[in-house]
Amino acid sequence: MQRIGVFVCWCGSNIAGTVDVKQVAKALESEPGVVFSTDYQYMCSKSGQDMIKDAVRDHRLTGIVVCSCSPRMHEATFRKTASAAGLNPYMVEIANVREQCSWVHKDIIIGTQKAIILGRAAVAKVNLNAPLTPGESPVTKRALVIGGGIAGIQTALDIADAGFEVDIVEKKPTIGGKMAQLDKTFPTLDCAACILTPKMVDAAQHEKIRIFSYSEVSSVGGFVGNFTVSIRKKARYVNEDICTGCGACVDKCPMKKVPNEFNLGMDNRRAIYIPFAQAVPKVATIDPNACNMLKNGKCGVCAKVCTAGAIDYTQKDEYIEEKYGAIVVATGFDPISLDKFDEYAYNNSKDVITSLEFERLTNAAGPTQGKLLRPSDGKHPEKIVFVQCVGSRCSSCSEKGKEYCSKICCMYTAKHAMLTRDKYPDTEVYVFYIDVRTPGKSFDEFYRRAVEDYGVKYIKGSVGKIVPEGEKLVVQGSDLLNNRQVVIDADLVVLAAAIEPDKSARPLATMLTASMDTNDFFTEAHPKLRPVESPTAGVFLSGACQGPKDIPETVSQASAAAAKVIGLLSKDKLVGNPCVASSDELMCNGCSSCERVCPYGAITYEDKEFRMPDRTVRVRRVAKVNPAVCQGCGCCTVACPSGAMDLRGFKNDQIMAEVDAICK
Amino acid sequence: MQVNEYKPLIVAFCCNWCSYAGADLAGNNRADYPAEVKIIRVPCSCRVNPTFVLKAFQRGADGVIICGCHPGDCHYTSGNYYTRRRMAMLFSMLDYLGIERERTRLEWVSAAEGAKFAATMRDFVQKVAALGENKRLEDLRCKK
Ligand SMILES: Cc1cc2nc3c(=O)[nH]c(=O)nc-3n(C[C@H](O)[C@H](O)[C@H](O)COP(=O)(O)OP(=O)(O)OC[C@H]3O[C@@H](n4cnc5c(N)ncnc54)[C@H](O)[C@@H]3O)c2cc1C
Ligand code: SF4
Ligand code: SF4
Ligand code: FES
Repeated sequence: MQRIGVFVCWCGSNIAGTVDVKQVAKALESEPGVVFSTDYQYMCSKSGQDMIKDAVRDHRLTGIVVCSCSPRMHEATFRKTASAAGLNPYMVEIANVREQCSWVHKDIIIGTQKAIILGRAAVAKVNLNAPLTPGESPVTKRALVIGGGIAGIQTALDIADAGFEVDIVEKKPTIGGKMAQLDKTFPTLDCAACILTPKMVDAAQHEKIRIFSYSEVSSVGGFVGNFTVSIRKKARYVNEDICTGCGACVDKCPMKKVPNEFNLGMDNRRAIYIPFAQAVPKVATIDPNACNMLKNGKCGVCAKVCTAGAIDYTQKDEYIEEKYGAIVVATGFDPISLDKFDEYAYNNSKDVITSLEFERLTNAAGPTQGKLLRPSDGKHPEKIVFVQCVGSRCSSCSEKGKEYCSKICCMYTAKHAMLTRDKYPDTEVYVFYIDVRTPGKSFDEFYRRAVEDYGVKYIKGSVGKIVPEGEKLVVQGSDLLNNRQVVIDADLVVLAAAIEPDKSARPLATMLTASMDTNDFFTEAHPKLRPVESPTAGVFLSGACQGPKDIPETVSQASAAAAKVIGLLSKDKLVGNPCVASSDELMCNGCSSCERVCPYGAITYEDKEFRMPDRTVRVRRVAKVNPAVCQGCGCCTVACPSGAMDLRGFKNDQIMAEVDAICK
Repeated sequence: MQVNEYKPLIVAFCCNWCSYAGADLAGNNRADYPAEVKIIRVPCSCRVNPTFVLKAFQRGADGVIICGCHPGDCHYTSGNYYTRRRMAMLFSMLDYLGIERERTRLEWVSAAEGAKFAATMRDFVQKVAALGENKRLEDLRCKK
């Protein structure tokens, strides 16, 4: 049996004005377990707290009920008081007789009655409270960043600058992401490479950063502070430590007709390649699907020309296991496939291109050395039509497009149109749009410059069909503002394709038990208040993997995620919330109901041996909650059909007792 | 004035993060609502086991209301979606057993909606009062 002390606070006249505190203290005196009951002007004041401490000692209290303001105000205060008095802090319950009683009820008789009932419920609960101790777990002071785009690079740099080790895992042969493919960037029009490549080099040279390029995460175990991750380093058939990136092998490789993915297939690369001049790490990679030596054992030219002796045709995938305290997902985005958009003739004409292809066409390091030439015949296009929202904001075409706004297309299309007119003033440029959305710093000014200073012709309306006719592309669209149909015979059409999360994000999310929305963007722990944390403790989000973003937004989020990681890694140990779920293994039948509803993946199973009455041993699968991961929502307790799962601090019998006390 | 006016007994389960804070805000703003409402704090609306609701009715409660964060705002991201489904089932089953739909309610109340909290409670108490006492599930053994 508990020995409970009840402390009724007047809160000056805040409570005492509409609740007869003396009567409450008196009435609660006779509740089961109560051995002491009193009232005082200000319980939270030093003398009030001393009064509690004295009572704990004098009356050998095991539990405390404070009838006072909301637990959201002073629960922490009174828990500390209890601690100081040598009681477990979780033996304290608050009856909210201010916000939820004296302040909302005017009649002192009614207020007093209700206060007594609320106090009774709290006493009933404390009778069933048990001392709780928060679990502690150590923190591995190293972070993993998955994805080496601008988001991942920025996050890694910030964490490393704070003095923690960071590993970047990038699936491509080089870090840099989409930004490395861009030409100039809105809204300032600085060249992407000029601002990105120094950061790539910083990352490579940072003593705290390791880059695993051409690598993928193959499994994730553990939990916040203690993740164990297996990284698959794909065989690149070149010894990274020896290769100097001189490129002699690339020049001599006879397999010349491999579509160059960095230029989106608009030109070719060799079987051994370095994606671009400023690649980090600047080492060659052999494409096993194209290399004759790896396929048929014939060739071996690169090994002969490599003076460093870096080529190794026998290299195998390598698995590295490493421990991390925090994981940041920065897997970015990709433009959607336009295969299903027959109306735009993307697959029928080389001169219908995507905006990302346009970036490569205007990039000095691109397939045309930055000259804007038609992919089909290398001629300079005189009339260019840009089409915005291709596959975006398309509620009716969910099977091929996306319902959401891709957010960046209005701005990069304005950029493309402006840059074209700037470089080639003789070119006619049209943009078809649904709306132009420019809610960013200096964004609307940027768009207006395209229209007002550069004479880009914006047409509000959609494009119904694009038909290749001879050398021309006949673009049929509507002009909603002038209420007419327009037909433009264009030389080049640029489609602002919707963007979607990287395809590898879904399996990664499963490994991390991080949740995703219906579009496969990672969801944040709270859309407003915790935008860079995933609901899974210790997993953070950076960049476009969380939702469409431009570079300024990506970088802010990247640094925000880094700040969160630094906060976590700065701790020596994690002190958990002790109000977590736990399952009674004798009652659990291993049905998995709880595991399915847990938003945090806190529940796993283990085989447990049970000694039966007849002395045989049976092995049963039972649920096990990881207290470091459980956030204490209690969802599992309701899902559990056998009543095995319960939530500490809010146990079934405690809540039932409150219900009883209220309904008595 | 009516003497011995019937006062229903209402149990309200409020999630800690939104609705309980909304109830506190109603207090801060002195937005009054009937004292018949007694609040039980739960971490999330999804902590409310249907048996708690049944227990309340069994013990003589006349109405039970569950309040949680708005969809999409649950502190635990998805808890209130489970609540919504579970309670839809429970409430219609209770209806079948004779506990009228007006006696059970699920309401989304954010931490900023003190006024909504008070208004919801006023409305709920009024609707339950109109139905009179709940005798359907009440376990007479529980009566003194
Ligand atoms: C045509 C076009 C023009 C643009 N122009 C501008 C502009 O002018 N100004 C501007 O601000 N923004 C612009 N943007 C937007 C800009 O590209 C993005 O904001 C930015 O690239 C987002 O960076 P990120 O790191 O989040 O993603 P990404 O750049 O996509 O990087 C993600 C990285 O993660 C890697 N990765 C993915 N999955 C895995 C995995 N499972 N394991 C390991 N690695 C993985 C990828 O290979 C990639 O390197 C433009 C975008 C497009 C498409
Ligand atoms: S209480 Fe919530 S977070 Fe904890 S194990 Fe249960 S469902 Fe998961
Ligand atoms: S739901 Fe209950 S019985 Fe089923 S696995 Fe979880 S704890 Fe065990
Ligand atoms: S925390 Fe409010 S409904 Fe889940």
